[in-house]
Amino acid sequence: MTFGRGLRALSIASAVLIPGAFALVFFYAPNDADQGFVQKIFYLHVPMAIVTLCGFVAGGVYGIKHLRSGDRAHDLRSYVAIHMSLILGVGVLATGSIWARASWGHWWVWDEPTLVSFLIVFLLYACYQPLRFSIEDPERQARYASVFAIVAGAFVPLNFLAVRMAESLSHPRVLSTTGGAMPGDMRITFLVALVGMACLFVTLCKYELASKAASMQLRALKRRLAGDDGLVPLNRSAAPQQL
Amino acid sequence: MAATATAASVPAVALEGVGRAYGERVALRDVSFTLPPGATVAVFGANGAGKTTLLRILAGLLRPHAGRASVLGAELPREAWRARGRIGLLGHEPMLYRDLTVRENLRFHARLHGVPAARAEALTEQVGLAARADDPVRTLSRGMTQRAAICRAVLHSPELLLLDEPLANLDPGGALAVAPLIGRAAGPARVLISHAAEAGLAEADWVLGLRGGRQAIWAPAAQLRLADVRGLYA
Amino acid sequence: MTGTVAALIRKDLQLERRAFESVPAMLMFSISIFVLFHFGLDRGALAGDLAAGVLWVTLLLAAVLGMNRLFVAERDQGGFDGFLMAPVDRTALFVAKAIVLFSFLVAVELVAVPAFVVLLLDPSPGQAMPELLAVLVLADAGIAVVGTLIGALGVQTRARDLIIPLIALPLLVPVVIAAAEATAPLLAAQGAEPFPARWLAVLALYDAVFGLLAYAVFDFLLEE
Repeated sequence: MTFGRGLRALSIASAVLIPGAFALVFFYAPNDADQGFVQKIFYLHVPMAIVTLCGFVAGGVYGIKHLRSGDRAHDLRSYVAIHMSLILGVGVLATGSIWARASWGHWWVWDEPTLVSFLIVFLLYACYQPLRFSIEDPERQARYASVFAIVAGAFVPLNFLAVRMAESLSHPRVLSTTGGAMPGDMRITFLVALVGMACLFVTLCKYELASKAASMQLRALKRRLAGDDGLVPLNRSAAPQQL
Repeated sequence: MAATATAASVPAVALEGVGRAYGERVALRDVSFTLPPGATVAVFGANGAGKTTLLRILAGLLRPHAGRASVLGAELPREAWRARGRIGLLGHEPMLYRDLTVRENLRFHARLHGVPAARAEALTEQVGLAARADDPVRTLSRGMTQRAAICRAVLHSPELLLLDEPLANLDPGGALAVAPLIGRAAGPARVLISHAAEAGLAEADWVLGLRGGRQAIWAPAAQLRLADVRGLYA
Repeated sequence: MTGTVAALIRKDLQLERRAFESVPAMLMFSISIFVLFHFGLDRGALAGDLAAGVLWVTLLLAAVLGMNRLFVAERDQGGFDGFLMAPVDRTALFVAKAIVLFSFLVAVELVAVPAFVVLLLDPSPGQAMPELLAVLVLADAGIAVVGTLIGALGVQTRARDLIIPLIALPLLVPVVIAAAEATAPLLAAQGAEPFPARWLAVLALYDAVFGLLAYAVFDFLLEE
């Protein structure tokens, strides 16, 4: 199981892109006419949101692969993608909230359809780990988690469609930026931030995958040396512990 | 050497190195035996030795993690669908809906298996449940429930019977009544789990002994003594 | 396949008639929630979006009760094993259970919606009946499909009664949105307003997507 391929290159790329993006945000991107400096949180909030949603959908894709092949490595990838996206998702909601507070005065705005859709998706995926934890048999846990990942992954686009239809007709977008074409310097900054965030996400996922794979291999070796009796039995866990 | 295998030469059960684990706990390891059609194997072993796991694998409800398994000529798990409807399982649970009557339960299973309702009626009579056929299963005693469960297991005339303590809770009258359905004379191959060593030995052609998930004994029943079987529980 | 589905539905309806576990509970729960809303909102008569919202939230919460109970008999009384050993198409279980849940919802609505009209609604929805029925049917189909899938997912877990609503309710948010938006003009105070048919399209799309998805993945929930 080689999960750590390309890890060094990705780590370096992330280490360069993220500070680079921050530098661009602070020194290069223009101040927004209406919202002022506060608007710059957009360069953190939106890339995070895009990467998170892609992560959730990737979790669903790996879920499909797992069910089709029975290979638990795909389940491990699905778990890590969703788990990492959930953590980023907290960041999305937090930055969205800060942005709303700074520019609109409230910590939460129902008028912003993407933020609302995101909350619903987040509430759904927050059930992923409790679901896994509540199933003891590892094989069944992996299978049910994959079914969940597939259904939830299909749900993401449907949800955004429904919420946008409901909200945008009556209220204008609150947290939008220039609504449409972005000027060149904003676009460059945004793209760098997006690519940097994506690199960071993939890097962190690979680290977690490599770490889990190493633990599993260690345990398998211990078992070969000490036999079944030499091992401390594994506790129940939401994470896959065995491939 | 026949060019095509006739129905009589396809073994009822053929296992080779079969294993199954629940997470890290290995329930069955390296079990291998072949059961000819129409023969009976008695499975002995202490609690937790893997008997129920073995039964569920043969029923097609559990997937083997290692080795090769084939039941009635169908390779598990790939071809499990081919054996469906030809196996009868009598497990710990009666697999009957407690709020439905005996008749409703059996009719439901008959519909699922494509068997005429008349057969369900005939079986109910044969095991002596005709008087209680319209009572919900939860009102029956354990012995009566066991009789109803046996009807359910043989309703579709299976070629292989998987029986887990079939005579538990039955009074002598009940045991007599169900003998033609699940006893040696009934016809189908049988895998019989029993804790009654003497009775089990008498019923069986072969004996499989499990200890700690491993195969400790596989021998014709005639060659074994009671002490060999009792040794499994030591 | 049809024969198997029919046998399964018949068995479930027999069980329901015998044990009365789902429909009366769902109904009583709905009426209680209507009363709670009356006191909570401190209003005797609702109209428009408020009425639509109250109606759909109540129906959804009642549906959760039905979802929780849907597979319990199978799980506790060995029904899954018996079904898995029969020579039948396994997806028949999904189809049958979804139809059963749908019919439970319809049965509950036959009483709960008139109760809602009597207890809480200000205008009379008389002329809007056909559109209201269309919304109810499409929304119930969506709830039935998702409810059956998540009911099967949750029934094998430990915290079954918690996990099922926690997963199903976010998944059903688009149904609530579409159903409430579609119903609101029908319950408007000044008499029914023009009907926004596009919400029916959203509901139909949801039903189709999740119906196909559930049909595809359901078998994986049945293996051990």
